[in-house]
Amino acid sequence: MKSLIPIDKLQIKNPIKLDSGEYIDSCEVAFKTYGTLNKKKTNAILVCHALSGDQFCSDINPLTKKRGWWNILIGPGKVIDTNIFFVICSNVLGGCMGSTGPSSINPQTKTNYGLKFPVITISDMVKVQEKLVSALGIKKLFAVIGGSMGGMQTLEWATKFSNKVNVAIPIATSYRHSAQNIAFHEIGRQAIMADPLWNKGNYYKTRKGPTGGLSVARMIAHITYLSERALQRKFGRNLQNSDFFSFNFDTDFQIESYLKHQGNSFVERFDANSYLYITKAMDYFDLSVKKGGLSKVFKNANVNFCFFSFTSDWLFPTSETKTIIKSLNSSNAMVSFVEIKTDKGHDAFLLEEPEFHATLKGFIQGQIGKHEI
Amino acid sequence: MRKNLRKDLFVISKLINDKEKILDVGCGSGNLLDFLLKTKKAICRGIEISQSGVNDCVKKGLSVIQGDANYDLDDYPDDAFSTVILSQTIQAMIFPDTVIKNLIRIGRRAIISFPNFGYWKVRKDLMFKGKMPKNDILPYEWFDTPNIHLCSCKDFQIFCKNNNIIIEKFMCLSEKGIEMKKNYFSNLLAYQVIFCVSKKNKN
Repeated sequence: MKSLIPIDKLQIKNPIKLDSGEYIDSCEVAFKTYGTLNKKKTNAILVCHALSGDQFCSDINPLTKKRGWWNILIGPGKVIDTNIFFVICSNVLGGCMGSTGPSSINPQTKTNYGLKFPVITISDMVKVQEKLVSALGIKKLFAVIGGSMGGMQTLEWATKFSNKVNVAIPIATSYRHSAQNIAFHEIGRQAIMADPLWNKGNYYKTRKGPTGGLSVARMIAHITYLSERALQRKFGRNLQNSDFFSFNFDTDFQIESYLKHQGNSFVERFDANSYLYITKAMDYFDLSVKKGGLSKVFKNANVNFCFFSFTSDWLFPTSETKTIIKSLNSSNAMVSFVEIKTDKGHDAFLLEEPEFHATLKGFIQGQIGKHEI
Repeated sequence: MRKNLRKDLFVISKLINDKEKILDVGCGSGNLLDFLLKTKKAICRGIEISQSGVNDCVKKGLSVIQGDANYDLDDYPDDAFSTVILSQTIQAMIFPDTVIKNLIRIGRRAIISFPNFGYWKVRKDLMFKGKMPKNDILPYEWFDTPNIHLCSCKDFQIFCKNNNIIIEKFMCLSEKGIEMKKNYFSNLLAYQVIFCVSKKNKN
């Protein structure tokens, strides 16, 4: 995971006070920017990544040599056009792509934090992003956009720093993590912690961390990102290597092989402890418990919202988005919402979805007309 | 700008005061909202069922929610808007009565326009051809029409009376979209009608 490729980082001098009450000293934020910031610094879009994402949202990821996770959407001439916009994407607090997280060196003990790393929240992640945005000299972002956990951060921005955001685009997300979502995350965490190589989070000095547990966690989570129909369409009951059952516990079905591949490739780029911390942060997220409830949190937010949900997304179903819309309507907010028909499940926000991209493009263009950039 | 606007929508736009807060239910491509935003500085919101309609609206910078007026109006708080508009849509609603009651609950008044099924040519189609009527605003065949709850001007007036709904104003339009003088035969002569309605004062 450690590499020689230089990563842009901002070091935050003052300690950051977390929701838990603890502090993080000399916090680092790894980030990547695309496009050019204009003179008035009004064309910045903050892209927030999801659970397993990183700051390399566009172009080629220098570490994996694969395309950035939202390369389909972000780049010159694309829906989020880097010829027009200055795109900022940072690795979340608690992550493992250069931002301070459990795998970082604790400046006080000079060893990896491990479980000594304080538990973080979505709001903590956003606090750190705000420091980055300020450090770049940006007073107001043109937009904040993100899917899934990125959508949670987007909503947090729109409530916590509503005066620093013109446009918020939360995608395939919710104002809270549901019981079912927490349940799936807990299974993932238990899989990691049940791996003897996890060693209570103390594995950084060993050659191999809890890759088995992390891989299982990823496999479980990956099922929740798809839909039953998409799985059936892509894999059905197709066999992987032969026309016959093996009558042993090797890989028979294509779906088994696919999940194993997902698990194995994930462990190469992700830290198991980061997975614990970030999933916990998502589980803690609930805007409705804030003072006054959901209808009050958006009050006075002079933000233009555009929500997207996907019909086959059962992790963050449309009903969750509609609950937020209801609150936004009652607080008189400027809100648009589109439900995209697709069988690709939660992951649809990362994939080629022409209707989604067309509406998003239209919305952004419409907003360019409303806000000076 | 005006030339993009359907004639009945232009007549409706004249009923709107400056800086009103408007909800257009079934706002289509958002032409009326866009017109009201630019000419009346109205605060505009919309609901539209079709994806392509919402796309066109957000392109114009309008705040529009993809939704179904049959079900989603319940989510809006009381008196959230000064005027709620439902143009050429009531006849396609599954629950027109609930929708109308919701419109006057959400808005201080509702402007509802619909094709008048009492129009003489509509009656003529049935009377002499013995066929389901078709015209510019009722262009469908009987089997593919979304218009499942057509009514006449008179039907609507009776509905309002029976449900304690105040008719503040009603206007008749000719086939050319021109406002006609009202008289005893309006239900026979109006091609489409526009009603401004509101709930009876609670006191």
